[in-house]
Amino acid sequence: MTLTAYIEGIGLLGPGLTDWPSSQSILSGQQPYQPSKTILPSPVLLPAAERRRSGAIVKLTLATGLEAIAAARLDAISLPSVFSASGGDGENCHAICEMLASDDRQISPTRFHNSVHNTASGYWSIATGAMTASSVLCAFDASFGAGLLEALTQVVVDNTRIVLLACDTPYPEPLYKVRSIPDAFGIALVLAPERSAKALAKITANLTDASADRLADTALESLRLSIPAARGLPLLHTIAMQQDGHVVLDYLDSTRLAMAITLY
Amino acid sequence: MNPLWLSHFTATSSIGRGLDQTLAALCQRRTGLAPCTFDTVDLATVVGEVAGVDEVRIPAHLAEFDCRNNRLALLGLMQDGFAEAVHAAIKKFGAQRIGVFLGTSTSGILQTELAYRRRNHATGALPVDFIYGATHNTFSVADFTRHYFGLTGPAVVVSSACSSSAKVFSSAQRMMAAGLIDAAIVGGVDSLCLTTLYGFNSLGLLSEQACRPYDAQRNGLSIGEAAAFALLESVPEHPRENLSNDAVLLLGIGESSDAYHMSSPHPDGLGSRMAMQDALKMSGLRPSEIDYINLHGTATQNNDAVEGKVVSALFGQATPCSSTKGATGHTLGAAGGLEAVICALALQHGLLPAGLNTQNLDPALDLDYLLDNREQPVARVLSNSFGFGGTNCSLIFGRAGSA
Repeated sequence: MTLTAYIEGIGLLGPGLTDWPSSQSILSGQQPYQPSKTILPSPVLLPAAERRRSGAIVKLTLATGLEAIAAARLDAISLPSVFSASGGDGENCHAICEMLASDDRQISPTRFHNSVHNTASGYWSIATGAMTASSVLCAFDASFGAGLLEALTQVVVDNTRIVLLACDTPYPEPLYKVRSIPDAFGIALVLAPERSAKALAKITANLTDASADRLADTALESLRLSIPAARGLPLLHTIAMQQDGHVVLDYLDSTRLAMAITLY
Repeated sequence: MNPLWLSHFTATSSIGRGLDQTLAALCQRRTGLAPCTFDTVDLATVVGEVAGVDEVRIPAHLAEFDCRNNRLALLGLMQDGFAEAVHAAIKKFGAQRIGVFLGTSTSGILQTELAYRRRNHATGALPVDFIYGATHNTFSVADFTRHYFGLTGPAVVVSSACSSSAKVFSSAQRMMAAGLIDAAIVGGVDSLCLTTLYGFNSLGLLSEQACRPYDAQRNGLSIGEAAAFALLESVPEHPRENLSNDAVLLLGIGESSDAYHMSSPHPDGLGSRMAMQDALKMSGLRPSEIDYINLHGTATQNNDAVEGKVVSALFGQATPCSSTKGATGHTLGAAGGLEAVICALALQHGLLPAGLNTQNLDPALDLDYLLDNREQPVARVLSNSFGFGGTNCSLIFGRAGSA
């Protein structure tokens, strides 16, 4: 069964990748990829209280999601969302576990409500005013594929535009040693069920047994492998190359996503 | 949407292992809540702890998944022939055509809480026997379940706090409608841990006694744990001949976000109202056609006041309703799944379960809140699940013979 959608906007933020327009020449190989620490913008759209309480994953998703939606010339308030992350707010999780292992277990209310996996989705809805449905997913290393598949089924079955926010942020030590996500990375896609003048590309997806494609650039390939959300980079690479193509995106150990991409 | 058939379902919570015990507890108005003796917790509260979870043995080839949450998942899968039903579905549809969509809020975080007590004094490192991916990670319970059954189709965890295992029905329904799968294991598993106990305590939302939803004197929730599963399949062709009258169908789903606050509901309940209205719209039903509402009913001041106001405005006083959290406690990410199964029992057995522990109904809430069990034919029910981050989900189930 093939799922079809139209990409209308892309948001990208990660180490050495500051937004989609400036990253295209890096992904296409016209400029060298130079990794540097991800800089997360302040989430200015949030009310002051929420801004103070927001962690990296909130800042990351607001940056990538708003970039994609602005590119699609849409208003976030009307878009359902799919958030997919391999983990939640790592710093916050560490702080809670540390306190719970100490003599003083009185964690703060903010720490607690920021511990839920849907923290980014909650802040997103507060920032954008979107009262739409928001699916919040986790599939460990398969989180990008799981998020894209969920987003595509919403586009196709519910016949709606949607914003997909795939994101990951690092844990501090000692969790970093057992889950080594090196930096914050996010991809956001606005997907539509019909082709419009805004469409950048048509994508179709199938489940496949084929292995996931690798990126030729060793530094970008290392990024793809080290951060689950970056498993979506081969899709963006094909779009950046401005050529129609096929890619296989990583998903579960038992199945991957075969994508056909037609550029407009 | 086309209705979907819950061909098999099961639930394990503090009121019982499997459907027979769960139904008996509901009929007998028995609560599973008891003073908290979990781990080293020093809070004056009650919990709905499932007995015997730590005696469950994870199969040796899946040993890396061993943690309380997956033990509870396995205990749940062993009840009511559910595992056998999954094996039969694999034979019928193929391992790649069955999806896994499970909800959890805290997954195996307890494993990490315990590991932090055993950090290396010199280096701060976590113990070498701690396996993050298969235990702590939010995906763990779905990954365990798919490996347990050898499933190779799509799999995901939905983790939107206390709406998680209601929203799994939505993801599964779409993937079935898109033709990617023929059947889905849906449900939720959440287990006791210190993060939620001390976390809700920090918010002043933990009651020191068994929670009293919709009571005028309600003063907070009681935390529980549960594993609930359903096997979703398409409604067979010619349902009149091929489906028994008491088969349970998923008829509608409504989802929304409050866009208001991380841990308080919108004061007018705009988001929860949208979720209930959308579920009605999707199922093509009028409010008067709903025979029972299983309320989110956490017994916090805010939740019940807002939910009660919205239910009263949408359904009036005519629709019997209750929160079953006085029996099971609030099982957080498993609540949507557990309460879906309770709704299925209500449909099949004509039982509207009373809300336990509630003595004096909040006079500000104009509802037909059930203080006693009621026995009557039940054709269609609605279940509410709301959560932190302002996430809302309402599900509507119906009995095939009356749908």
